[in-house]
Amino acid sequence: MPLKDRPFFGRKLPEVREAKFSGKLFAIEGADGSGRSTQIGMLSAWLEAKGYAVKHMGLRRSNLVAEELEDAKQGNVLTNTTMSLFYATDFFDQLIHEIIPALRAGFIVLADRYIYTLMARDLARGADRAWTRNLYSPAIVPDAVFYFRVSAAQLVDRNFQKNSTLDYWESGMDLGLSRDMFSSFVKFQRMLQAEFTKMQKEFGFEIINANLKVETIQRELRKKIGGQLGIGLAAQAIQPPQAS
Amino acid sequence: MAPVVSPKRNYTGKLLAVEGLDGSGKSTQIYLVKRWLELEGYRVFFTEWNSSILVKKSTTKGKKRQLLTPTTFSLIHATDFADRYERQILPLLRAGYLVLADRYIFTALARDAVRGVDRDWVEQLYSFAVHPDITFYFRAPLEVSLNRILDGRPALKYHEAGLDMGWSTDPYESFRMFQGKVFAEYEAMQEKFGFTVFDATEEIHIQQAKVREFIRQKIDLPAFRRRPCH
Repeated sequence: MPLKDRPFFGRKLPEVREAKFSGKLFAIEGADGSGRSTQIGMLSAWLEAKGYAVKHMGLRRSNLVAEELEDAKQGNVLTNTTMSLFYATDFFDQLIHEIIPALRAGFIVLADRYIYTLMARDLARGADRAWTRNLYSPAIVPDAVFYFRVSAAQLVDRNFQKNSTLDYWESGMDLGLSRDMFSSFVKFQRMLQAEFTKMQKEFGFEIINANLKVETIQRELRKKIGGQLGIGLAAQAIQPPQAS
Repeated sequence: MAPVVSPKRNYTGKLLAVEGLDGSGKSTQIYLVKRWLELEGYRVFFTEWNSSILVKKSTTKGKKRQLLTPTTFSLIHATDFADRYERQILPLLRAGYLVLADRYIFTALARDAVRGVDRDWVEQLYSFAVHPDITFYFRAPLEVSLNRILDGRPALKYHEAGLDMGWSTDPYESFRMFQGKVFAEYEAMQEKFGFTVFDATEEIHIQQAKVREFIRQKIDLPAFRRRPCH
């Protein structure tokens, strides 16, 4: 694979002397229940079958602050800017310690949500746009971003099937949109979608209709990712994962 | 540079911050200010750099295991500051308190720049915070501050000594280099942020008398008298 210059969104990270990576970075964005993890699991299996080394990243998975961030979410003590910065710390810790070394080593990195979800949440919570953009400007630009779009009604169904409860923060309960968790969830998800729509124009996401069948979505993703890696899709049957 | 909205100064309190090198005596001075204002019966709140309970575990772990890089070092301190700012500093300013800060955003701007983080990025990171009404800069020649710390041959902490930068493996040598660079940053910020400079080589009580006089002149202290609570 040829070495490729991977530009940062804006500013350079002081930790990176030479921004040359032989790996690829693909980001999947979408709400809880939009099917991200199912698709990422299937993509990983496919890539590994083709002989590519795969690395995952996501939110709240850093060594540095994952646990503490989880604890902070349990209390009612997390204010807006603090939450933004806590998540940004988590993001850059993973980027610097895991993702950049993996990209240098030629891994395919699949990000289960990237800066766009973090920015959309901050903006929905009223953060200053320029401030948010500056915060994530030293991040690395992915080779492609897939945004899984699902109707709010579908999301509610999928969340209830999975957990039978709605998450406090995913429902934006801290925003005081409604005292009713269900309407708060719907309102907050719509706000996030609106932010994504704005960003889509600017960053050129690939929009994936995540209301479609698992196999259909997977085929679409493989076509796009395979195209960048030079892997063909010939005569390839896609099996959905077994429901457990 | 993208424009960043500067925060509204919609508060009746006053924010007083001290800045200076390790060994400049700034913590002693702000402590004496706090005691003076408390004993005189004013509404005072004191906050210290790097003291948020929410973030402490992560910072401690990051420092102990040397997980912190310049960017995450910067961000975790910004998180710590934001937590104290949003939950204490700003609400107390709104409530009409005299808020005293032992180190403020300038400490981050100086240290992060020394660690090679983009200055403009850090400045924008902290742009949500109001600038102090008075920033006291306790200034001593570099050698004086260094000797005050190093004469006791203390066990210097890894980041405190700037050992993470790999400039020298000797903690004392590294500390000297690091502090020298921080000093240069403070010097460069003086004018831009309107620091009020005090000579940190003078005797403690002399400095304190000047500081108190300055506060009396700048701030209408009677307006900050504690209200009776009954």
